[in-house]
Amino acid sequence: MNEISDDLLTQCMHCGLCLSVCPTYALTGLERSSPRGRIRLMRSVMEEKLPVSDAFVEEMNFCLDCQACETACPAGVKYGELVESARVFVDQKRKGFNLKQFILRKIIVRKRTLRLVARAAGFYQRSGIEGVVLGALKLFSKRLYNRAKLLPRVSDEFAIDVLPEVAEPKDGLRGTVAVLTGCVMDVFYADVNRDTVDVLLENGWQVAVPHDQVCCGSLNAHNGDRETPRALAKKNIEVFERSGADYYVINSAGCGAFMKQYGEVLADDAEFAERAKKFSAKVKDFSEFLYQTGYKKPEAHICKSTVYHEACHLVHAQKVSTEPKSIVRELSGDQFHELNEATWCCGSAGIYNVVRYEDASKLLDRKMKNIKDSGAEVVVTGNPGCMAQIGAGVKNEKLDIEALHPATVLNRLYKSGKL
Amino acid sequence: MIGDNVKKELRKIFGQKRFLDSVEDRIAYSYDGTPVISSMPDAIVIPASVDQISALIRLANDEKFAVVPRGSGSGLSGGSVPSKNSVVLLMSQWNKVLELDKNNLTAWVEPGVITAKLQSQVESQGLFYPPDPGSAQICTLGGNVAENAGGLRGLKYGVTKNYTLGFEVVLPTGEVMKIGGKNMKDVAGYNLKDVLIGSEGTLGVFTKILLKLIPMPASSRTLLAFYDSIGGAAETVSAITAARIMPAMMEFLDNTTIRAVEAFSHLGLDTNTGAILLVEVDGPRSAVEEDAIAVENICRGSGAKDVRVAKDEAEALKLKTARKSALAALARIRPTTILEDATVPRSELAVMVDFINQTAKKHSIQIGTFGHAGDGNLHPTALIDERDHAEIRRTEEAFDDIFRKAVDLGGTITGEHGVGLTKKKFLEELYNTPFVKMMRTTKQMLDPNCILNPDKVISVSPRCEGALPKSREQIEKVLKRMDNPSEAYF
Repeated sequence: MNEISDDLLTQCMHCGLCLSVCPTYALTGLERSSPRGRIRLMRSVMEEKLPVSDAFVEEMNFCLDCQACETACPAGVKYGELVESARVFVDQKRKGFNLKQFILRKIIVRKRTLRLVARAAGFYQRSGIEGVVLGALKLFSKRLYNRAKLLPRVSDEFAIDVLPEVAEPKDGLRGTVAVLTGCVMDVFYADVNRDTVDVLLENGWQVAVPHDQVCCGSLNAHNGDRETPRALAKKNIEVFERSGADYYVINSAGCGAFMKQYGEVLADDAEFAERAKKFSAKVKDFSEFLYQTGYKKPEAHICKSTVYHEACHLVHAQKVSTEPKSIVRELSGDQFHELNEATWCCGSAGIYNVVRYEDASKLLDRKMKNIKDSGAEVVVTGNPGCMAQIGAGVKNEKLDIEALHPATVLNRLYKSGKL
Repeated sequence: MIGDNVKKELRKIFGQKRFLDSVEDRIAYSYDGTPVISSMPDAIVIPASVDQISALIRLANDEKFAVVPRGSGSGLSGGSVPSKNSVVLLMSQWNKVLELDKNNLTAWVEPGVITAKLQSQVESQGLFYPPDPGSAQICTLGGNVAENAGGLRGLKYGVTKNYTLGFEVVLPTGEVMKIGGKNMKDVAGYNLKDVLIGSEGTLGVFTKILLKLIPMPASSRTLLAFYDSIGGAAETVSAITAARIMPAMMEFLDNTTIRAVEAFSHLGLDTNTGAILLVEVDGPRSAVEEDAIAVENICRGSGAKDVRVAKDEAEALKLKTARKSALAALARIRPTTILEDATVPRSELAVMVDFINQTAKKHSIQIGTFGHAGDGNLHPTALIDERDHAEIRRTEEAFDDIFRKAVDLGGTITGEHGVGLTKKKFLEELYNTPFVKMMRTTKQMLDPNCILNPDKVISVSPRCEGALPKSREQIEKVLKRMDNPSEAYF
C-alpha cells in the first residue's frame, strides 16, 4: 500500500499563503478546497481520523494540480507530489471501473490506439458527421453540445509520421537536440511540432525526432498511476539516449515538467537511476532552451496586441517564467501587454477540462475576462492544453484572438516576416 | 457537542447551503496559522447578513455554545482555533470594498477583504494603506482590526488601529453597534473603538469597517548594510533615531537567518556576516535623497563593513530579497516553524537578540531571528519537528525564557500576533493584576455568557486545575496529556 508521506505533510506550516493563489479555493471560498485544507484532510486520512470518504475523493479530484500553491508556499511544501500520491492512495482503496484511468491507460499511452481514436475523430470532423451530431446534441443535451463543439481540430497528419528522424540545419551546426512530439500536441497541434523543428533548424541545431519515442507518462502520474509512467520513462530514456542528442527540447509544458522529474521517478531503480538523472538534466523547455542558448532575432515584430499566459507546468512546476516572457516581449515590442492573473490556471490542467468540464469552464471564464480586459489579439502560451482551452474560450465567445505557441510565433516571423 | 435541536435552528437561520457540519469541513476549520494546536468545531456557518450574525449570537447565548469568528485563518496565536462546543463564523466571503471616498481619504470595507487587494486598489488611485502584515496576500482586514495587525511599516506609519476610523460590529449580546465615522477628531464619550480593536474576536464581530487612507509617498530609497555583529546594527538604529530620521522601514536579519537565506536563495551573502540591516526612507524626492545619504553615513559610522544603496526600483527589489525570503528560507530547514513576536524598546534590540541566541543554545534548539529593528519587534523563529515531543517541550521552555526577558526589558510578549491561546499564560503571569482584572471585568460585562471566542486572550474564571490525580491510572492520563501538547491548551 502506497502511503502519503508524513514528512511531506508535516512540512506544511498551515500559514495560509497558498489560499491567495488557489483557483479552486477562489471558486468555493471553502478551506477544504484549498491546498492547506487538502493537506489537512490527507493528514487526517493517514492518521485514520477520516475514512477515504466521497468528499475526500472529490476534493483530491477537484484540485487542478496546477501547483500555483508551490510557488506561493514559504515552506517549500511539495504539494504536487502530495496530491498525486493521494490520488494513488484513493485508487488503491476504491476498486471498480474508472473512466479516467481507462482513457489514460488504455488510450493515451498506447500509441496505436491513440492514433486510431484520433483518426476516427478527424474523420468525424471532416466528413460532416460532426455537424449532424452537434445538431442532434443541441436538441437533447445542451451540456454535451457545449462540450462537443469545443473539440479542437484534429491534425490532418501527425508530425511524428512526416518529420524525418534526423534533420540538418542549413548553415552552422551548434549541436544536436532531440524533440518529443507529445500526445495531445501531435493529435491537435502537429503544426506546432513542425514549427518547433523548423525554429531549431533555423537556429543551427541538428534536430532528431526519434520515431519510437512514447508518451512521457505525465497524465498518468498526475492521476493516480505510479507504474505506467515508470515503464514509459524507461522506454523514452533508451530511445532518447540512442539519439545521441545534447539536449532534449520539449514544447509541451506538462511533458517537460514530468521528464525533468524522471530522475526522481526512477531514483530507486538500480538499472535506470543514474541514467534517468542524466536524462532529466538534458531536458529543456522550448523557450527556456532558446533563451538560454540564444536565438536568431527575426527582423519583423508581432504587430498585434500580445499577452503571455503562463502555463502552470512551466511557471509553477518547472519555474520557467522569465525566459518565455522575455522572448514574447522581444518579439512583440511595444505591442506587449501584461495579462492580469497570467499565472492562474486556465482550467485545462491535463484532462481536467474533460473530466470536470463545469469547474474548468468557470476557470476559463475568469481567464477569458482577463484576456479580454488586456485587449489582446494574440495570446502566447507554451502548452497544448492551454492553447486548446483558451482556443475553446475564443470560439465560444466568437472573439478575434489567436492562442499560439512561441514556436509558431517565431516560425511565422522567420518565414513570412509578419504576424 | 452542540445538540441536534441547535443544529436545526442554525439550519433555519442560515439555510442548508450556509451551514456546514461534515467531518471534512470540521477538519478544514480546526486550525489557523498557529503551529501545533488544533481543535474541531461542531459546525461552520457562512452568514449572508448582519441579521443572521445577530440571530446566531442570540442563539449562542440561549443555548450556551461558543462562536468563533474567522477570516482567512492566517493568525499566529490561535485566535481562530475553535474552542470546545463551538460554531465557526466564517467572514471571508464578505469581500467587497464598499466605498472609496477620495474627498475624505477613507474606505468602507467588508471584513473579508484581503489586505493586499485593498492596498493595490487604493495604490492605483495614488493612495496608500500602510499596515502590511507579512500575510497581507491572504489575511483579511476584519482579522487585521481584530488583531490590531502591524507589519514592516510600523515605525513611521503605525499599525491597524491608527487607520481604523470606525466600524459596525455585532456585540456578544447580538446587538449591532456603530462607532466612529469620517471625522479625524471625535471625542464623544469613552474611546470604546480602541477597546474593540485588537479584542481578537472576544468582544465583537466586525461587519463593516471604515479605514483611513493617506497620500502615496512620492519616492523611496532602499539601503542594505552588513555588520560583523548585531551590536553594530542596533547602534545604527539608535543613531538614525537620534539624527531625527524616520525611515519607513528598518528590518534586520541575524546570522542564523543570513545563513539560511544564502543556502536557499544564493544571493552571494557572506555567511560570516553577523547582521544585515535593511533601511527604506520615503517621502518627497529631495528629502529622500538627503535622508538616504545621511543613513548611509550613519551605517558606515556605526561599524557597517559594507553598505549598498539601490539606484532604482529593480535594484531596491533585489536588496529586499534577503529580508523577504527570510521566513521561507528558515521554514524549509525543519518541518515545524514557530514564528514568535517578542518586542522590546528598540534600544534593547542587541541585548534581546543576544539573549535569544544564548537561550536557543541552552535548550538546544535552532532559532533564527529577524524582524522589525525600527520598532523593536523581533521574530525569533524556532525550527523544530512537532512530532518530537521532547523538542516541543524544550521550545516551550525557551520561549518561556524569551518572553520573560522581553517583559523584564520593558518590552511585551507580543508586538503584532496577538495573545490568542498561545500567549494567554504569559499575559496572566507577567502583567500587573489591575490590568488583567480590568480585562477580565470588561469581558464578563460585555459577554456575560462568555460565548464569543471564549478562552482566548484571557480566561474569565480563574484557571481551575481540578483535583490532584491519585491513582496510577489518573497520573498516567495526565502525563499522556502533557506529552501531547496539542491538547494541553484546553
